[in-house]
Amino acid sequence: MTSSNTPSQIVVVGNGMVGHHFVEQLHQALPSAKIIVLSGEPRLAYDRVHLSEYFSGKSAEELAMTTPELYDSWGVEHHCNAYVDNIDKAAKVVTTKSGETYSYDKLVLATGSYPFVPPIPGHDQEHCLVYRTIEDLEGIEASAKESKVGVVVGGGLLGLEAANALKEAGLETHVVEFAPQLMAVQLDEGGGRLLKNKIEDLGVKVHTSKATSEIVAGENCRFRMNFQGDDYLETDMILFSAGIRPSDQLARSFDLEIGERGGIVIDNQCKTSDPDIYAIGECALWQNRIFGLVAPGYTMARAAVSHLIGGDTEFEGADMSTKLKLLGVEVGSIGDSHAKTPGAQSYTYENQPQGIYKKIVVDEQSNTLLGAVLVGDSSEFDTLLQYSLNSIALPEFPETLILPSTEGAAPTLGADALPDSASICSCHNVTKGDIIATIDAGTTDFAGIKSCTKASTGCGGCTALLKNVVDAELEKRGVEVKKDICEHFAYSRQELFHLIKVNKIKTFDDLLAQYGKGLGCDICKPAVGSILASTWNDYILEKDHVSLQDTNDTYLGNMQKDGTYSIVPRMAGGEVKPEGLILIGEIARDYKLYTKVTGGQRIDLFGAKVNQLPEIWEKLIAGGFETGHAYAKALRTVKSCVGSTWCRYGVQDSVGAAIEVENRYKGLRAPHKMKMAVSGCTRECAEAQSKDVGIIATENGWNLYVCGNGGMKPRHADLFATDLDKETLIKYIDRFWMFYIRTADRLQRTATWMDNLEGGLDYLKDVIINDSLGIAEELEAQMQHVVDTYQCEWKTAVEDEKSRKRFRRFVNSELDDNSVVFVEERGQIRPATEAEKLSDINIIDATETSEA
Amino acid sequence: MSIEWHNVCGTDDLVINSGVCALLNGQQIAIFKVGTAPDAGIYAVDNFDPQGKAQVIYRGIIGSIGDKTVVASPLYKQHFDLASGECIESPDQKLQVWPVRVQGNSVQIGTGAN
Ligand code: SRM
Ligand SMILES: Cc1cc2nc3c(=O)[nH]c(=O)nc-3n(C[C@H](O)[C@H](O)[C@H](O)COP(=O)(O)OP(=O)(O)OC[C@H]3O[C@@H](n4cnc5c(N)ncnc54)[C@H](O)[C@@H]3O)c2cc1C
Ligand code: SF4
Ligand code: FES
Repeated sequence: MTSSNTPSQIVVVGNGMVGHHFVEQLHQALPSAKIIVLSGEPRLAYDRVHLSEYFSGKSAEELAMTTPELYDSWGVEHHCNAYVDNIDKAAKVVTTKSGETYSYDKLVLATGSYPFVPPIPGHDQEHCLVYRTIEDLEGIEASAKESKVGVVVGGGLLGLEAANALKEAGLETHVVEFAPQLMAVQLDEGGGRLLKNKIEDLGVKVHTSKATSEIVAGENCRFRMNFQGDDYLETDMILFSAGIRPSDQLARSFDLEIGERGGIVIDNQCKTSDPDIYAIGECALWQNRIFGLVAPGYTMARAAVSHLIGGDTEFEGADMSTKLKLLGVEVGSIGDSHAKTPGAQSYTYENQPQGIYKKIVVDEQSNTLLGAVLVGDSSEFDTLLQYSLNSIALPEFPETLILPSTEGAAPTLGADALPDSASICSCHNVTKGDIIATIDAGTTDFAGIKSCTKASTGCGGCTALLKNVVDAELEKRGVEVKKDICEHFAYSRQELFHLIKVNKIKTFDDLLAQYGKGLGCDICKPAVGSILASTWNDYILEKDHVSLQDTNDTYLGNMQKDGTYSIVPRMAGGEVKPEGLILIGEIARDYKLYTKVTGGQRIDLFGAKVNQLPEIWEKLIAGGFETGHAYAKALRTVKSCVGSTWCRYGVQDSVGAAIEVENRYKGLRAPHKMKMAVSGCTRECAEAQSKDVGIIATENGWNLYVCGNGGMKPRHADLFATDLDKETLIKYIDRFWMFYIRTADRLQRTATWMDNLEGGLDYLKDVIINDSLGIAEELEAQMQHVVDTYQCEWKTAVEDEKSRKRFRRFVNSELDDNSVVFVEERGQIRPATEAEKLSDINIIDATETSEA
Repeated sequence: MSIEWHNVCGTDDLVINSGVCALLNGQQIAIFKVGTAPDAGIYAVDNFDPQGKAQVIYRGIIGSIGDKTVVASPLYKQHFDLASGECIESPDQKLQVWPVRVQGNSVQIGTGAN
């Protein structure tokens, strides 16, 4: 790279995704470059692609792609609210609205685009909004709070994303589209029709072939939209998403060449008609095309940087294939989806009952794939895209690529079939060759390859493919992809599971003797204990299993910081009788335990000493309670909301259902804890979508959600199946849990497990719903065995003299443990701090309580 | 200096591959039995976890790291070598190790041996 003739001052107008990428790339290539960033927005660049996640709780900070501090550390000068409205090309100076001037050697226009609002009379009032910036979203949020009905004008990609946001906000949602079908750019008629059906099934009303003639005051709602003809629709708010227009005002006013229908004309180096001015991203027009996606914009940014520093990377157009999920419906579009190429032929597969539509377009000789449309199931997208991008020869019967897999179907394209030039990550322009080079240079782990190449750190759509390529390449080099659980077993948890099951191994010692070495450890022992429990469901404190358990499992309580334990009786669905509450209260009072309602809708008693546990549990069990497994990698709670029994909105008995499933799965051991919840209607008061398994009542039955969690990395659950009857619901959950238990890694909750399953959610649906592996019956039977052999461990423990012996505090003394010291706070006990223990003021005598 | 031996419990009070706690002159001592042979692998160390600052060591899981026999603290899971008392993760933390032996059916802890 030569820097001798590189320009000294570069001004970048616009700090959107592409403008930021340019700054990042230029800074990396030439750290000495003097860069000035002028952002027209009140903030620096943020992730517009994931803008909608703002509605699911992502903050502006989380969406940010950079910070003032980061730019400072790069020596990049930056100004917000700096909207440029003048360019003096001769003097090479730009001026902002507020009158600030900046001179440049090279100017980069990265001004993006703005939403097009059709000039319908009445479009220009409060509650008529657009969807592009964080400020827009704040406006939508505020307007939605005062609205019951919302309309999105425009049924394209962004319009449907906006519709989802309105629906999530609880509005009755409509989409009004001028064309006869949805997503006319990407989909053919068949795909559009199916998408419409699916979206309407989700409760969004779609009106196609409708042209709005005016927006007037409404009778029942704020507005009435009158359509041509004499149709109308009433709504409280309107969101325009009728396409974008390039922000080319500067080029228009200051005499840079623009296209007939707008857009700043650029060449392959992204130069405009002025050699010192570049344009990149959505404002730029290349060979009469605007590219409304982020990946092509990034490629333009790299081409411009390359030209600035004397390199030869050029922009040569970009693939506009897209894969996304709209309102939970998978949609994919590749290349020539409308079969416009002369001689093109197409194959179509439609499955109306399951709502799946797939089409491929091939050339005249059926040699290469030209395009594809996928709606309802986009699992073949990666494979098809590679066929099309790399002109890979099609199989003899191309239709096998989209037909449901049966004997003889074309296998998915292995990573080996891809040429080195195959683009793996289009966001960061990483080819298979780049990945191979990184591996050859010594990086041999997935995370390392990701951070070296940046592959899969953009939209994330390429993660599965990247993993395939990496694994295949590592395997070729003889690098073992290590999944050993610990030094004692050269097996993954899943492999241990199979060994135990297939060889009917019943104890840790047998497993260690046959397949391991050493004594085992605190990693493999509890993992094997858990597998043994979910496979054979023996009593957990059986002599052979005792030494495998973590202290929490051994003493059937969670150890607290001072060595005491907590006591959490099960309260299925959060339901509890007054007598139960009274008993818990009496026990807490008599044993001086700290009492608190947990986040899982039940009561936790803290501060019990190990020797008190059997006594306390004996009393709880006599009062009808069972263990709550708060200590175990097992089912924790099934949260419920009050449901149709009491709540005026409830459509099913959610409490009843929660109790039923909690009792069914209680005691089930798993790789990690498992949580469930049942809500009685879509208001979702039980927060079921934050659980490993969530159930939400519908008018017609139950919707099933899977793989959500709160905790360190919160994740919303995915909709898995809709309107199930109770029997099917239970069947699916049985299969889901057992499949998870069999195949997950140790301490992997359902969300990470699914993210690591090749094929993800679709694959899981295939296994659970379509029984693609033919194991459904076996999974159900195994679950039934566990259900049938359930025992309350605490009941077994207190009834058995031998296991009670384990709760003795000292083998040789009846004295109490005087190392446990409490003080009083807000009328209850808490562990004394080190300092308090030394000063012994206000110490509560913990030794006198066990007489109660 | 001569060792004074104290009977603390019977051999059948010990739990194979697990721990119990004995109280000796106000001192809490964790006793582990590793393996199934009658006198094989009995260890006695302090019950006090220097990191978690609580008397909990006897409730840890027994295992091995390389050829060392270790116990993992139940609070924060750091490992102590049962033979030397040394903490594998932070060698500056150490559990006192007590002499221990079996006489007939009795397990005995020795004091006065430093
Ligand atoms: C008691 C309770 C807090 C409370 O006072 O409300 C609690 C207490 C503990 N939680 Fe929790 N969690 C409690 C509800 C939750 C919730 C809320 C919920 O379930 O609705 C969450 C987030 C939801 C989720 O799990 O998806 C939660 C996320 C965690 C996590 C993070 C899990 C993750 O996937 O990131 C841990 C750490 C872990 O499990 O590895 C954890 C671990 C713990 C441990 C076991 C930490 C420990 O090892 O000592 C605490 C045990 C206390 C005890 O002795 O019972 N706790 N914990 C709640 C007991 C609920 C119950 O009735 O069983
Ligand atoms: C909701 C939504 C979802 C999307 N989803 C996807 C997706 O899934 N995949 C995908 O590839 N793409 C998606 N896109 C498109 C993608 O966001 C754009 O392609 C990308 O942001 C374009 O980047 P840009 O930098 O060219 O323009 P922008 O991100 O629009 O940035 C331009 C910036 O320049 C500023 N500006 C304009 N004029 C001036 C001026 N005169 N002076 C100073 N500043 C100025 C603007 O205020 C803006 O901040 C989505 C867009 C939206 C809105
Ligand atoms: S959030 Fe942390 S401190 Fe609070 S209960 Fe959960 S684990 Fe304990
Ligand atoms: S394709 Fe978007 S991150 Fe790789």
